[in-house]
Amino acid sequence: MSELVQMTAADLAARIASGEVSSEEATRAHLDRITEVDDALNAFLATDGESSLAAARGIDARRAAGESLGELAGVPLAIKDVLVTTDMPSTSGSKILEGYRSPFDATAVARARAAGLVSIGKTNMDEFAMGSSTENSAYGPTRNPWKLDGVPGGSGGGSAVAVSAFEAPLALGSDTGGSIRQPAALTGTVGVKPTYGGVSRYGAIALASSLDQIGPCARTVLDTALLHDVIAGHDRHDSTSLDFAWPSMAQAAREGADPASLKGLRIGVVKQLMIDGVQSGVQTRFEEALALLSAQGAEIVEIDAPHFEYAVAAYYLILPAEASSNLAKYDSVRFGLRVTPQGGGTVESVMSETRAVGFGAEVKRRIILGTYALSAGYYDAYYGSAQQVRTLIQRDFAAAFEQVDVIASPTAPTTAWALGAHDGDPMRDYLNDATTIPANLAGIPGISLPIGTASEDGLPVGLQLMAPAFEDARLYRAGSAIEQLIADRDNAPFWAQAPELDAAFLATARAGKAAN
Amino acid sequence: MPETSAASTEITADTVAHLAGLARIALTPDEVESLTSDLDSILTHIAKVSEVTTPDVPATSHPIPLSNVTRPDVVSDVLTQEEALANAPEATDGMFRVSSILGEEQ
Amino acid sequence: MAKTKLIDFDRALELFEPVIGLEVHVELNTRTKMFSTAPNVFGSEPNTNLAPVCLGLPGALPVLNHEAVRYSISLGLALGCEIAEVSGFARKNYFYPDMGKNYQISQYDDPIAHDGSVEIELASGRIVHVPIERAHMEEDAGKLNHVGGSTGRIQGAEYSLVDYNRAGVPLVEIVTRPIFGGEADTPEIAAAYVSTIRDLVVSLGISDARMERGNIRCDANVSLRPRGNEGAGMSVLGTRTETKNVNSLRSIERAVRFEIQRQAQILDAGGSITQETRHWHEDTGETSPGRRKSDADDYRYFPEPDLAPLTPERELVEELRAQLPEHPTLRRRRLRSEWQFSALEFQDLVNAGLLSTIEQTVAVGVPPQTARKWWTGEIARIANERSIPSADLITPEQVASVVELVDAGTLNDKLARQVISGIIDGEGTASEIVEARGLAIVSDDGALIEAVDAALAQQPDVLAKIRDGKVQAAGAIIGAVMKAMRGSADAARVRELVLERAAGTE
Repeated sequence: MSELVQMTAADLAARIASGEVSSEEATRAHLDRITEVDDALNAFLATDGESSLAAARGIDARRAAGESLGELAGVPLAIKDVLVTTDMPSTSGSKILEGYRSPFDATAVARARAAGLVSIGKTNMDEFAMGSSTENSAYGPTRNPWKLDGVPGGSGGGSAVAVSAFEAPLALGSDTGGSIRQPAALTGTVGVKPTYGGVSRYGAIALASSLDQIGPCARTVLDTALLHDVIAGHDRHDSTSLDFAWPSMAQAAREGADPASLKGLRIGVVKQLMIDGVQSGVQTRFEEALALLSAQGAEIVEIDAPHFEYAVAAYYLILPAEASSNLAKYDSVRFGLRVTPQGGGTVESVMSETRAVGFGAEVKRRIILGTYALSAGYYDAYYGSAQQVRTLIQRDFAAAFEQVDVIASPTAPTTAWALGAHDGDPMRDYLNDATTIPANLAGIPGISLPIGTASEDGLPVGLQLMAPAFEDARLYRAGSAIEQLIADRDNAPFWAQAPELDAAFLATARAGKAAN
Repeated sequence: MPETSAASTEITADTVAHLAGLARIALTPDEVESLTSDLDSILTHIAKVSEVTTPDVPATSHPIPLSNVTRPDVVSDVLTQEEALANAPEATDGMFRVSSILGEEQ
Repeated sequence: MAKTKLIDFDRALELFEPVIGLEVHVELNTRTKMFSTAPNVFGSEPNTNLAPVCLGLPGALPVLNHEAVRYSISLGLALGCEIAEVSGFARKNYFYPDMGKNYQISQYDDPIAHDGSVEIELASGRIVHVPIERAHMEEDAGKLNHVGGSTGRIQGAEYSLVDYNRAGVPLVEIVTRPIFGGEADTPEIAAAYVSTIRDLVVSLGISDARMERGNIRCDANVSLRPRGNEGAGMSVLGTRTETKNVNSLRSIERAVRFEIQRQAQILDAGGSITQETRHWHEDTGETSPGRRKSDADDYRYFPEPDLAPLTPERELVEELRAQLPEHPTLRRRRLRSEWQFSALEFQDLVNAGLLSTIEQTVAVGVPPQTARKWWTGEIARIANERSIPSADLITPEQVASVVELVDAGTLNDKLARQVISGIIDGEGTASEIVEARGLAIVSDDGALIEAVDAALAQQPDVLAKIRDGKVQAAGAIIGAVMKAMRGSADAARVRELVLERAAGTE
């Protein structure tokens, strides 16, 4: 493995800026890494080496010409396939969009390109971001580098694995109910769901418009912050985009790097987020982390949020309802798959056949559920009540944030599970999202960062922090301090503890993949 | 929003078939059957949202409230006809081609 | 199609009280669409006025057009409506290939304007106040072209082609409350209401208001209730039908009249009315059944999460209220008295949509009757011939320049018609055309005398009659002279000269 792929984005960027390494070299090293490991991991749905290298050479040329470039200029970036891009197909993990080419770049992608980042490929995901394991991708599951027969979490398993397995230093994700944070936890990486509206949703293939948020993924808190700074900000293409003068997240991360900054920080632990069935190793690591924080002078406060127990129920009404409408556009008329029933048919039957063939089981399940939740006679009891629960959850958060600065919880109740282990019980996965969902319902920011491995299986455990809306910087400041505490404890940054993907490991994964 | 009656979690195969019609998904009989039981099970878990709400609680449809977000009346982002049709499964004479329509305009 | 059995209209009214409700869609003439930055232009090549939002492309998001909001508030105010303190958008979900997203962004619970009233005046002078329930903002759909089969209709078509240029064009839908008490005037009320809406949006400058282009479209709900329920308000209403997309004033009147007679026939025979949409057929003058209202109408409305609500600022509302033009009904009353036209003459202008044109022509100095004569005469004839609206052929200023030449004696009416046609064909200004075509009246007596003498010499018998005092015989000579001068002579002067020369050449 080239040392260029084992650097943090901040270090790589500094070397590129100093001229020690070219963007082309950095990009080629990551493309080589993808070639080496990705047929086993399946984190990427599309790469285009030539166009990535051409972009990298473009950055090198601009730098050589003396142009002043952004801090991350020349650094490769993996892009979740939920974001449309002009240089590669955009499928959102669905067969119905196979080969779709967008005439425009998503705003987050456009900003990344403008900042000089080099698009290195599109990453795998659960179809239309519906799932927590990336097994719902129409293009096969992504494997967790920490557990060859294990899931990487989802829906953004591809982006999380890309950074975890050194295929890219940075990646973009989307988080509707935990799709950035939960895969970060399961792959030992860092992921942030910004305040709703902090990053433009323009060009993000919509799942649930009032919950979706685009965010950064990386191996360190600082790298995540650097990418956050690039993609955040108001966008005239998105009516829900916030016109707000965001502070620098990178500066917050740098300021927080000294654990002494934790002194006096009030950290809330919500009773209702310590859900039943939390794996013991996860629970242990979480408590250890609280103890470390306490030792630095942070104050741990128990919080009651009585309506959080209704969050999953509200979420699984709001999301399917909005999704059923957002996914109606996949009808075989303007783009995407078209399947004509045997013997032809009316446009109506062509639409129905196309959607029957083009959508996977989970997508169909949620569309039917959402159609039901919105239908006449049920709206008030289901969708209407769910929107009211949303208000109650926001009120719970508001009350909590009067007492504490951030709220902490395990990001996910378990570590990575085996591929196929959750098959056949959709409710089981739904309940697993209980810790991450409240932040989406309330629109507040959340981060997940690794705090160690679970003793029983040696797999990564993530800590989630949440802050009030607009206080994303608080997460980076505290997250950076905690990251430092963990590195000090382990004598190494967590990401450096990721398993070597040696030839034998990869061969086993490939064999497993072939058997899928 | 539409008028409603009390929540009922009774899901039948007919309900699912009707919903599939509204959602334009040609489900197989097997899919109808499995979705009927899935939906029934999911709804027993999520119907509880109506337990905690009272009429005085406002609904939140946008997590961060904004209002009057508008744009100036200025042309931009226009696609060429070629771009518009680039992903079309079938196009004729600069238009998107679809099979005959037996329904009617709404 | 078999001719539908109809009861006599007067008999229908003896048995039943007609109740109508009208839904009028007005396309706004903003530069861009309601939620997309694509151009709002009519008549372009297919699929060229599109931005990603219009096609529902993955990742596209709607953003509301500020100008469309202003237009909608102005229209709401002109309809006498309250402007909502909080107004939101909702998705109306249904699949149809003319909609890029398979949902329409509309307004449901909280329209921008509500509870208004529009005063209309019928030809008889009867004033009717039409109650407005609401006016809400929404987006138009694209257009389907049905290919194969017989006549471009949907039935029997082999395939359809979709042009999304119209998709997303800003619409305001104006919904009336049920209109009671129209009685025999009911069909006329429907047409007069739509005509008033058209005048309103024209005076506001917010729509091109060309009904033949679908800028204004009307759906007419008609129901009947048995006599004896007058004054019962909404508590007793018959089953209604909704006749869709009736797009001319005359058709609206005919369609409502037809539905009253058709429904009365069925009810009188002991039948019942099916709640359904119906289609109007201009050729047969009948409506035919469309889709039945059913479960399929479950539109699953929910608040549009991609758009923020509107909370129109009161200062803006008051600013727009202050800018409202004169109400069309008041304006009509004023113009009719200023111009002193007969009721019939005035109604013709209203029906032809020419009020503003005449007003502008009068404003540049043309007497009202003269303006009326030209716009409903020669210009209307050419407009009709070419199927182009009169106002697109020639400007009021150009008409005034022709009238000026007539007043100065340079042109007579016959020559003026040629000049008008020259202007319409782009041959230049009135005086340029007079010059180029050599159209001016010959006022040079020398040339005229020569022609008169020649004509008299050719018809000595007529000359004799004139000399005998049979002055009316002069007509034959005048005709011959006018013919010889190819119309470019002043007939009155010719007559004087004929009498003079006949007397003087003994």
